[in-house]
Amino acid sequence: MKTFVYIDHFKGEVQPASWEALGLAKSFGAAIALVFGTGVDAVAKAALEYGADEVLVADDASLADYRAETYASTLTSLASSQSPNLILFPTTARTREMAAMSAVDLNTGVLTDVSALEVNGESFISTRPIYEGKLIEKTVCSGKPVMATIRGRAFPKPNREEGKSGTITKVAAAGEAKSTVEGYSASESAVNLGDAGVIVSGGRGVSNNPSLTPPAGMDEKQAEIWRAQQGFALVTELAQLLGGAVGASRAAVDGGYITYAHQVGQTGKVVAPDLYIACGISGAIQHLVGMRNAKVIVAINKDADAPIFKQARYGVVGDLFQILPALTEAMKKKLGK
Amino acid sequence: MKIIACIKQVPDSEAKVKAEGGQVSWGDAPLVINPFDEYAVEGALQQKEISGGTVTALCVGPESAKEALKHALAMGADEAVLVSDATLNDLDTVGAAKVLAAAIQKIGGADMVVFGRQTLDNGAGLTPAQTARVLGWPMLGLAGQIKVDGGSVQVERVLEEGRQSMKANLPAVLSVVQSIGEPRYPSFMGIRKASKATIPVWSLSDIGASAPAPIVTRTELMNPPAQETATEMITGETPAEIAEKLADKIIAEKVL
Repeated sequence: MKTFVYIDHFKGEVQPASWEALGLAKSFGAAIALVFGTGVDAVAKAALEYGADEVLVADDASLADYRAETYASTLTSLASSQSPNLILFPTTARTREMAAMSAVDLNTGVLTDVSALEVNGESFISTRPIYEGKLIEKTVCSGKPVMATIRGRAFPKPNREEGKSGTITKVAAAGEAKSTVEGYSASESAVNLGDAGVIVSGGRGVSNNPSLTPPAGMDEKQAEIWRAQQGFALVTELAQLLGGAVGASRAAVDGGYITYAHQVGQTGKVVAPDLYIACGISGAIQHLVGMRNAKVIVAINKDADAPIFKQARYGVVGDLFQILPALTEAMKKKLGK
Repeated sequence: MKIIACIKQVPDSEAKVKAEGGQVSWGDAPLVINPFDEYAVEGALQQKEISGGTVTALCVGPESAKEALKHALAMGADEAVLVSDATLNDLDTVGAAKVLAAAIQKIGGADMVVFGRQTLDNGAGLTPAQTARVLGWPMLGLAGQIKVDGGSVQVERVLEEGRQSMKANLPAVLSVVQSIGEPRYPSFMGIRKASKATIPVWSLSDIGASAPAPIVTRTELMNPPAQETATEMITGETPAEIAEKLADKIIAEKVL
């Protein structure tokens, strides 16, 4: 069994689920890592350290910025010449596009958001959530190679063996770019909910602190957002202490309290952290389907009847503006931070 | 400018979706336009307002999907087309892309084809890029802002790492995200117009396509394992006391 593993990175920063894909590939047989871009030697070396049997590097000016077309064509060309049985990717915005396009070229299919993958003779059976996690389906792909993007944190991350060496082979880029990248702005700071082990989320309730007096001159909406930002500061403080990410409900995003990149739920990100702390989130079904696979759910809400409590392992009926700072303090002491 | 908004019909997001006898059941919940596709229609209408032209809503689905197209018409789309064929029941995303591409050609092409980022049912989010690939057009995915300038289009892509500004020549395929702006509500006039509209239904032979053989097929459908969550309510006299107890519980779970 020969598996290609596409190592997804943004300016050299690797998506952790790439390594999880590499570990999965090793469990099937030979794992060949693919690294595309420019100046990506460090990424290639890391792939060897995480267990790749070989790394194919396409280092070419045409791949300096990710463009779906050139990345897909390069992948198609490598898959055509080396005939892997399987191509694995972490599930990201980039891999969805390039896998989608390459599947058209190779007349095969892509299994997305895969949480389990079993060998089935020459092929594979994937397990994936559909209807935003309300159902689970098993699917097979009759094309070759089978392409699968794996869900973050669904497979174990292999150990890194520092300094491990191996074969790095340069390969050619292929395809013609159909777009140009004009620039990046980090206006929305990096939010990677999919890989987070801990997520602390805020909902509409974070704007609900009557004891705060907004600065003079704000209209009602501005004051509401200002209050919510004070609430999210408490959420962020706990998230940072626990080494986690900040999430939000749709109500908080629609209210303008925080950017869309933080949204958990049906129209946002479906997440599965080890610990999910929901603050001031009532728990609409659209939110619940996005977080109910978290290992431990803690809910803090004023309303004892909030549906979120039915999903939670631990519940606190209370004012998040009192509970959250107290919890942050208690955790600081107990974790010795 | 000629714009096509691709939409799909899905069970309402409030629906209690279940696996029953290997099939997806949503009870008596209504079928609606895929919520992500409402953003696609909104994005298309915004561009029409700026540059002029027409918006055509395009859907592949059963006869009932006309209702989703009527929603797009009520929002302000000029025309709607349904591709419906008995052979299309097991369509996978590559197949859907081939059918959509053929329908887009049959419509007479477009300057811009706009998709929602994914559907609520399958949720794979592959069809926009696959349609672009079949057409041979550039793909600008996850656009939160669209700016057309003569023969080119510039978008702000909303990615996990931040925003990326990208430009391509028209015609192009785009997918849009929520930052494009809240979908407008259908107006009274729009609803009246939509209710009177005759929506053409094209078969595969009408668009000169053959039924694509499905490559990805479902072998099993399951309800997620029931989660036995026994909720333990943490109480105390003061926030500090509650926090103390809760912190101990969290640490005992060994999830940090």
